[in-house]
Amino acid sequence: MKTVIDAHNISKTFNPETIPIHAVRDVHLHLERGEFTALVGPSGSGKTTLLNMLGGLDKPDKGNILINGVDITSLTPNALIDFRLKNIGFVFQSFNLIPVFTARENVELIMQLQHRSKSEIEERVRTLFQEIGLEDKMDTRPAQLSGGQQQRVAVARALASKPQFILADEPTANLDSKSATKLLDIMAKLNEEENITFIFSTHDPRVIKRARRVITLVDGQVHSDTGPIDTSSDHFNTIEKE
Amino acid sequence: MWLLKLSWKNMWRNRNRTAITMTAVFFSVILSILTNSLQEGVFDNLIKNVVSFYSGYIQIHKTGYWDEQILDNTFENSQELQDQILQLENIDAVTPRLESFALASSDTLTKGCMVIGILPGKEDAITQLKNKVTEGNYLSDGDLGIMMGEGLARRLKLELKDSVVLIGQGYHGAMAVGKYPITGILSFGQPEMNDQSLYMTLANAQVLYSAENRLTSYVIGLENTNDLDPTAENIRSSLGDGYETMTWEEMMPEVVQHIRTDKGSMVIIQLVLYMLIAFGIFGTLLMMMVERKYEMGMLVAIGMKKFKLMQVMMLESLFTVLSGCILGILASIPIVVYLYKYPIRFKGQLAEVYEEFGFEAIFPTSTNPEIFLNQGILVLILGLILSLYPIVKIARINPVNAMKK
Repeated sequence: MKTVIDAHNISKTFNPETIPIHAVRDVHLHLERGEFTALVGPSGSGKTTLLNMLGGLDKPDKGNILINGVDITSLTPNALIDFRLKNIGFVFQSFNLIPVFTARENVELIMQLQHRSKSEIEERVRTLFQEIGLEDKMDTRPAQLSGGQQQRVAVARALASKPQFILADEPTANLDSKSATKLLDIMAKLNEEENITFIFSTHDPRVIKRARRVITLVDGQVHSDTGPIDTSSDHFNTIEKE
Repeated sequence: MWLLKLSWKNMWRNRNRTAITMTAVFFSVILSILTNSLQEGVFDNLIKNVVSFYSGYIQIHKTGYWDEQILDNTFENSQELQDQILQLENIDAVTPRLESFALASSDTLTKGCMVIGILPGKEDAITQLKNKVTEGNYLSDGDLGIMMGEGLARRLKLELKDSVVLIGQGYHGAMAVGKYPITGILSFGQPEMNDQSLYMTLANAQVLYSAENRLTSYVIGLENTNDLDPTAENIRSSLGDGYETMTWEEMMPEVVQHIRTDKGSMVIIQLVLYMLIAFGIFGTLLMMMVERKYEMGMLVAIGMKKFKLMQVMMLESLFTVLSGCILGILASIPIVVYLYKYPIRFKGQLAEVYEEFGFEAIFPTSTNPEIFLNQGILVLILGLILSLYPIVKIARINPVNAMKK
């Protein structure tokens, strides 16, 4: 298996000079291609901070992160933006589609940034909309789509650049049960059939249930790193309560 | 292309706000063009009245004449000299004049006036004097009559076909006395000219002042009035020290000073206008940045370089400002053209106040395309300067902080 993410001993402290908050402490993480991983833990456990660091949005105070062998902690800000564009797909909790663009234009945007050819963009967009099951909504603006449909477009956008992996921050948090299930089905299918690596930060038991690996963070540290877990178990409930 | 598309679509994201900003720019551009155009129009009219219809753009005198305007400082008329001047670049026409003062008298009234001896045909070619005749006829060569400004005629209570007696001092202290029938009444835009000027043929004036074949000036007509200074310099170097060559600006520094002062005060009005435009645009940019901070953070997060994002914001500002600007320019054209054809005229006491200061109480606009173009460019530059604000903000954007709700 090919290593996609290799994080060594990373730590992040906010307000180090006033009231220090140790968001992430000495985390080691190793993710292989094709993993379907959930980062779980109570609020304030450091999931989003860890995800931001893995996505190159934030720099750790200590340690380094290798993505496909490239140490992203040593890249310049501009090089980091370029790296994110080519290697990392993002799915955000509140979809974050550009409201003035249609669904198609939102997905095309990433490929335009990559200077892909027109024909390549058209073909890729068609394929992606087929995969998310929204071929008939390509020319619809985000405001006219349901939350679930918007999040599926966001997944298509994240996939458009053919990234090494996709980081999803609470992707189902704003979705109803049916939309969340549909979204998870699509992501699971992409993972299984196209071997796309997904890492979610989530509280949602529906997501955790589908994950093949669950990393639990408590107080910025890896509490456990297991295979699929039973979300109705005492162990899970204890972590959630904490 | 997609950058343009994104900017254009973003511009219409909040239609009301964009419309308000565009309207602010629209009205400011109209106001700015109108004030500029009126100012230029009034100055053009002033220059036309004073320069084109009387002094000409350049005059040649005997050296020292301008400082001491007496008939002893005249020079001899010479066809050779006229030909020499006509051969120079940018010279369209030359006409000789003999000018001096005299007391003009009717039955019981006397008033000082400026007697101007001219060659009627050549004078008209340069100053279009014929167009100023409101009663009677324009002078012809060999005419024994005179034409006078309507103000002078009114003050002397004289009418067409009446006679006027002129008394003055001639060349080398000779007596200058003559009686002349009034064959034409002239109306000038400039009140001073109306109240003082009296025209007769050059030959008549030379007889009146006992100044045979002598002149006070050659008035020069130019092909291109914009090349005033180089042409004057050219004449100076061609004629040598015996003659003084003066531009209208040198002859009438008070007019130049007035224009400068007035333009200075207009700069303040324009500054206020531009500040209004600037605040309008800046308010929009400020709100836009607050509203879209999250989205900008997201765009940088997914891989849009900050430079590209800056371009988008800059284009958005430009589109908004340019649209308002172009619409403002288009809307101002018919207003300016209308006011050019049908200028504002002050009447009654207000008109008298203007005339007391020597100005015609008329406010035409100028249709000089530069006025429209300059306003467009100025507002555009303003937009560009203001769009530095979002650019600085984007340069400092941190996607993680920007996406915090």
